[in-house]
Amino acid sequence: MTVVDSSSGRFGEFGGRFVPEALMGALDELERAWETARAEGSFDRELAALHKNVVGRPTPLYEAERFSERVGAQVLLKREDLAHTGAHKINNTLGQVLLATRMNKKRIIAETGAGQHGVATATAAAYFGLPCVVYMGAVDVERQSLNVVRMRMLGAEVVSVEAGSKTLKDAINEALRDWVANVEDTHYVIGSVVGPHPFPEIVATLQSVIGTEARAQVLDLLGRLPDEVVACVGGGSNAIGMFRGFYRDEAVALIGVEAAGEGLEGRHGASIARGRPGVLHGARSLVLQDDDGLIAEAHSISAGLDYPGVGPEHSWLQASGRASYHSATDDEALDAFKLLGSTEGILPALEPAHALAYVMRRGGPGTVLVGLSGRGDKDVATVSSISSMGDVT
Amino acid sequence: MSALSSGLEERRAGGRKLLVPYVMGGQPDRDSFPRILAAVSRSADALEVGLPYSDPLMDGPVIAAAGERSIRAGVGPSEALELVAEAGGKSLRVIMTYYNPIHSAGEESFCAATIKAGVSGLIVPDLPLEESEGLRRAAADQGLAWIPLVAPTSSPARVAAIAATATGFVYAVSTLGVTGTREQLSERAAAVASACKEATDLAVLVGIGVSSPEHAHAAALYSDGVVVGSAVVRLVAESGAEGAAAFLAEVRAALDEAAETA
Repeated sequence: MTVVDSSSGRFGEFGGRFVPEALMGALDELERAWETARAEGSFDRELAALHKNVVGRPTPLYEAERFSERVGAQVLLKREDLAHTGAHKINNTLGQVLLATRMNKKRIIAETGAGQHGVATATAAAYFGLPCVVYMGAVDVERQSLNVVRMRMLGAEVVSVEAGSKTLKDAINEALRDWVANVEDTHYVIGSVVGPHPFPEIVATLQSVIGTEARAQVLDLLGRLPDEVVACVGGGSNAIGMFRGFYRDEAVALIGVEAAGEGLEGRHGASIARGRPGVLHGARSLVLQDDDGLIAEAHSISAGLDYPGVGPEHSWLQASGRASYHSATDDEALDAFKLLGSTEGILPALEPAHALAYVMRRGGPGTVLVGLSGRGDKDVATVSSISSMGDVT
Repeated sequence: MSALSSGLEERRAGGRKLLVPYVMGGQPDRDSFPRILAAVSRSADALEVGLPYSDPLMDGPVIAAAGERSIRAGVGPSEALELVAEAGGKSLRVIMTYYNPIHSAGEESFCAATIKAGVSGLIVPDLPLEESEGLRRAAADQGLAWIPLVAPTSSPARVAAIAATATGFVYAVSTLGVTGTREQLSERAAAVASACKEATDLAVLVGIGVSSPEHAHAAALYSDGVVVGSAVVRLVAESGAEGAAAFLAEVRAALDEAAETA
């Protein structure tokens, strides 16, 4: 379903197009290309084939029986960690690069936080034979070095961004600067449901395959819908992808889980819990900022949630009451990371570990569908450096 | 007619080409900032003061780093505006700021504070035509002139629509890209400036990448003058008030020479 007002690019009072004049033509062009592609059946057919043959869709729905016993609720995992490249990000990048080829763009750029979107964009660019530049904050280059190596092996150029907080927010700034300079031959594959219209709508539509599949799989397994659908929220693309499958099912609660970092009174990334309306990266949404309107530095143990803004559709879902938002701290996410590993043999990425942490806190009863948006290989070094798990005895 | 446009028209009357240098609010430090403003005013027709911002996505490394230094020294957007107010002086001044500090303060109260600081115009590089209606109205209510940007990628219809909103001058962005010095002035600058000239009687100033007296001379042949940003910001940091003033005197001379040719 479409929830954006395409004339204003807004979800309720959020969204819009707050960008330099230089990009306005490109955003119009992108919007037209997207509408044309959607109207022609061939785009959807090509994308469906890519999903099947490149991504390995549908990803499984997995009943986490031993984890469920421990938390007291029936927990179902939508296994996006089993998608090609190890996260849901590939759903978006293949769709956007396919669109870029239809627009005759010759060059692909992207930002990345945890590196999963960078890897997925590098993969899609390699698949279509286009050169790719990925901007990544210097702090993230350090803490997600495995993904930096992966991107380079896939042929992408990785640019370490030294400005500002040296994380995802600054990587997006740098990607936008590149796009302003090279807008005529370059497509910017934005990695989440953020940015100026039509990006939030495009990314949400491309990720909605997660929720559409999951809804059918849960019905198939249980003959009924889950009580809650839970997903972590940084920019919020995997959560929107899940939620969009369930908007019309009003009995199903939609729960987003933000990064509470060191706690909501300390450093965190909870833009919905603690932000106020502002404009960041081309859209009006809830933003962590100071009294002067300077954007605050976020903090999370997970690079993918370390972002002071959130997609405008989430701000709208919260304002409308259709979804509600909770948060989990770094420590809670680490506990969830370990529990899923020891009970199910699955190492989740630290991002969806926040969603699992909410489920652990929630307890029973009921059936909870959780978006397991990515796998935890990339986080092994981070986890071992801050817990005793890395000690060899 | 806004105070800014009438001030600029008076100066243009004899065929003079306009020079608008850009300085970053609060640079190189709080105490020296008034001296910088006075020094760069000497050859200028108006000054553009940037408000420090955390995420300046239209700015290249020189201006972005200057803004970061101000913020680290505790000079954010509202403090920078206060420094402009305290500096006094008679020069025409315009503010360049990203939109979020305006949104945060509220459009009306931001415009009121800006006018109160002795500023007469407003440039907001991340607020395009379609999103700026409310702020343009708030600015007009306070007598604050609106200075829109036109890009090389703006369609003819957009150039006309954007130019129609201008009440100060029109900022013709010379090239695709962020602020910063360039070896050469973009070949596209002339086309952008000419398109703007056809769409408005207000002054059309060329900016982004205007880095030398030679660039200024070339741009003045098809426009009403130039905005010089990164080159000035770099000189303020490296050579202080006198270094920046000496450079601007050369740019002034180049513009005057162009005015005689044109």
